[in-house]
Amino acid sequence: MPMKNVKIIGIIFFVALTLNTFSQQIKVVDYKGFEPYIQKDNDTTYIINFWATWCIPCVKELPEFEEVNSEYESEKFKMLLVSLDFKSQIESALIPFIEENNLQAEVILLSDPNSNEWINKINKTWSGAIPATIIYNKNFYYFHEGSMTKTDLEKILTKNLIR
Amino acid sequence: MNNIQTKGLLLTLIALFTLQFSYSQGYKVGDKASGFNLLNVDGNMVSDEQYADAKGFIVIFTCNHCPFSVAYEDRIIAIDKKYKKLGYPVIAINPNDSIEAPADSYSKMIIRSEEKGFTFPYLLDADQSLTKTYGATRTPHVFILKKNDNDLLVEYIGAIDDNHEDAAAVKKKFLEDAVDSLLKGDKPEVDFTKAIGCSVKFAKL
Repeated sequence: MPMKNVKIIGIIFFVALTLNTFSQQIKVVDYKGFEPYIQKDNDTTYIINFWATWCIPCVKELPEFEEVNSEYESEKFKMLLVSLDFKSQIESALIPFIEENNLQAEVILLSDPNSNEWINKINKTWSGAIPATIIYNKNFYYFHEGSMTKTDLEKILTKNLIR
Repeated sequence: MNNIQTKGLLLTLIALFTLQFSYSQGYKVGDKASGFNLLNVDGNMVSDEQYADAKGFIVIFTCNHCPFSVAYEDRIIAIDKKYKKLGYPVIAINPNDSIEAPADSYSKMIIRSEEKGFTFPYLLDADQSLTKTYGATRTPHVFILKKNDNDLLVEYIGAIDDNHEDAAAVKKKFLEDAVDSLLKGDKPEVDFTKAIGCSVKFAKL
C-alpha cells in the first residue's frame, strides 16, 4: 500500500476515534442515575442547571453560567448542566450546540419519561418548567425555577462556598 | 417587648404574609375558574359562553415554539376529536409574549394552526392575564374544567400523559383518564400531575 493511502486511512481513523470519544462524553442518565448528583455530602458546592438547547431563556442565561464556572474554577465548586433535550436529538442538536458554544461545564442528559414522579423528587416546588437551578453543598440548599444572572449566582456562591 | 420590636415583628409578619400570598397564585383543583374570551386564529373571539352544550373544557396552554408542545400536537388533535363530541372540547391557549418568543406571535399561530389542521380554537392570551389567573407556568399545561350550574370548576391540572417523547410508549393517559372519570360522574383519580415543559414567556416590564 502506498504511503499516502496509509496516511489518509490513519487520519480517517483518528478523526473517527475523536468524534466517537466526544459523543461518549454525553452521559445519558435516567432519574435513578441522576439522583446521586443532587445528594452529595461534601465540601464542594454544586450548581446544577436544568436546560435544553431549544429553551430560549436557558440558552440566554448559559453564557453567564459559563463565566461563573470559569471564575470559580479554583474553588471547591462544580457546575453541572443537565440537558433535557430529547434523547433522539443528542447528535443532531445537543452535541453541535455544545461545540458551537464551546461549553466548558460538564453536560449530561437526563432522559426519563416519567417526569410526573421525578420532578417532585428533585424539588416539590418545581412545576417542571425550565430553566431551573439547584445550588447546594452539605450546609446549604437553594432551588430556583426561572432564569438566573451571573450576579445572582455570585451572590449565593460568595456567601455559601466552603473555603 | 418594646415598640420598635413590635413594629419589626409586625413588618416581618406582613412580609411573610405577602410572600405566602404571591406564591399561592393560580388555580388548585377544586377552585372556581374564570371563563375565557380570547382572540382565535380565525379572527373571531371565542368565549366559554358560546358552548351552551359543552359539559366542560379541556384547556391546554400550548404554543408554537416549544418542542414539548410540538410533540403533543397530534395527540391534542386526537383528544379534541374524541372528546368534543362527548362534551369536552379542547381550547388551546398560547400564553407567551411574542417579544420574548417571536415564534409564538399571532401571525405564526395562524400559520401553525393551518399547517397542522387544528380542529380546536387556538387562542391568544395577549395580555397574559388569563395565564396568570390560571397559574399556567409551562407549555403544554392542561386545566380540565367542568361546568357546574353557572360555574366552571377546575377538576384536573397537569400533563397530557406520561411520555412526551414517544406517544407509542405512553403508559398513563392522565388527561383522558381524568375526562373519562368526569364523564362517568366521578372525580378524577389522579387530579394533579407534573411534566417538564417550556416556561411561559412573560413580557418584561
